[in-house]
Amino acid sequence: MTCLPDIVPGQKKLGLVIDLDTCVGCQACATNCKEWNASGHSGPLPDLHPYSAGAEGVWFNRVHSFEAGEGERGRTVHFPRSCLHCETPACVTVCPTGASYKRAEDGIVLVDHDLCIGCQLCAWACPYGARELDEDEGVMKKCTLCIDRIYNETIPEAQRQPACVLTCPTRARHFGDLGDPESEVSRLVRERGGYALMPELGYAPVNRYLPPRRPADAGAAPREDTPTPMDVTNPLLRWVDRVLSR
Amino acid sequence: MRPSASIILFTTAAGAGYGMLFWLGLLRPLGLVPGGTAFGLIALGIALFLVTLGLLSSTAHLGRPERAWRAFSQWRSSWLSREGVAAIATYPLAGLFGLAVLLGWEGMAAVAGLLAAAGAAATVYCTGMIYASLRPVRQWRHPLVVPGYLLLSAFSGATLLAMTAAYWGRAAAPALLAALGAAAAILLKRAYWRDIDTAPPVATVESATGLGAIGPTRPLDPPHTETNYLLREMGFRIARKHAAKLRRIALGAGFAAPLALAVLALLAGGTLLPVVLLSAAATLAILGLLVERWLMFAEATHTVTLYYTGR
Repeated sequence: MTCLPDIVPGQKKLGLVIDLDTCVGCQACATNCKEWNASGHSGPLPDLHPYSAGAEGVWFNRVHSFEAGEGERGRTVHFPRSCLHCETPACVTVCPTGASYKRAEDGIVLVDHDLCIGCQLCAWACPYGARELDEDEGVMKKCTLCIDRIYNETIPEAQRQPACVLTCPTRARHFGDLGDPESEVSRLVRERGGYALMPELGYAPVNRYLPPRRPADAGAAPREDTPTPMDVTNPLLRWVDRVLSR
Repeated sequence: MRPSASIILFTTAAGAGYGMLFWLGLLRPLGLVPGGTAFGLIALGIALFLVTLGLLSSTAHLGRPERAWRAFSQWRSSWLSREGVAAIATYPLAGLFGLAVLLGWEGMAAVAGLLAAAGAAATVYCTGMIYASLRPVRQWRHPLVVPGYLLLSAFSGATLLAMTAAYWGRAAAPALLAALGAAAAILLKRAYWRDIDTAPPVATVESATGLGAIGPTRPLDPPHTETNYLLREMGFRIARKHAAKLRRIALGAGFAAPLALAVLALLAGGTLLPVVLLSAAATLAILGLLVERWLMFAEATHTVTLYYTGR
């Protein structure tokens, strides 16, 4: 059913928190996502012309890079983009067949590939580009928040996390219940000022992004390149330096 | 947005067919189109042919056309599903109308014709709402989109009905409606285009990334070196000068020329001249609408391109 579940305060809202301060744009999350999902719930994920020019395929996670700000405050920000598992996802309500649905129990937005007719209206309705057409199967595919990992009792408990979170070498990705104000991810969002993308469109995304931290000395005068005590070889001068440095 | 041939053909052909069905059901009980069996069945046949052609064409857009029947289930939330339900519900009403015309049951023909007209209007309204409900595409989520779909359907339908009625020498009412529809379409499309040219974007790359707090934001590196589904489907852009030219073609050939031809047909006497004039008007109207529908896609922009191009 493509009607959305009622929004209940305190309801479980599984999602990701992505730290743009520590993301280094290494593409590991995108690669491990592709690796896991090529054979899981959504598999196979097609690749067209994989070994020649024009190679492309379906990926649930794509890492962009942006330049933000000017001059000294300007910086490069690596920006992973995937499904935000919105609270009011129009990709679900526009679906004519009931293939798209939002789970009431944990808020994950999924596609039933056996019902999907490939009309692609959900891709038009998603502002974030989270849905892609599998041209081999003729159905839409999207991030499942690794539903086949996070509830999978056949793998060790520590690994019951989305593939992108597990693989991130800088721990820039966090998975948890954003509906629970006491959860680790909610605490991160509170402390770091986590925000939603394009809130003006009214989709109420669940995923949050943590902004890059400000450089501590932005705007301060550049530090002088002074010699360290180790650079002073003469013991007398070293003593004078220590006294004068007090 | 990528102009998809199957959808352009669908909205143009089915729109014209539903418009024709609408005017046929409305004008026949009023005695404003020929009342005989032959005209009723031929006009109905043309309308249903166009509707069916359009609906079949729309399934070519699907990744799994054999599952199209599933689209009738989610009418509670989905305008696409509602469109499908309304389209299918209109068939038996149109069929009943045809049967009543065939058997000469005038009372039944009037009622079924009006019901079929209502079904046609509801279907086109749903078509417009599919586009008007998409917040990421500001050129579609515009207050003139639904009136535009309804008006252009009524205009092209009236032109086709006038062409058909001209063979019976009684095209005055539909020809007048076609002329009025063309005039209204010129005003509506000009207002729509003026508006989408000046309206601000629905979101910015700063709000799409949340990096606006740092400062102006621009894309540096794309996530992939080759194209992908999103860029092909949502990243389609048309050069401004081509858009301007196509707008003039749609306005001139699609609306202004049929308007002039319909007026000439109203002034002309006899049967042959109105038939020729109104056939030309209908042909130009359909060709113009194909251009207008192509532009409707080509000029539409989607917020996902903010991540790729910053615009």
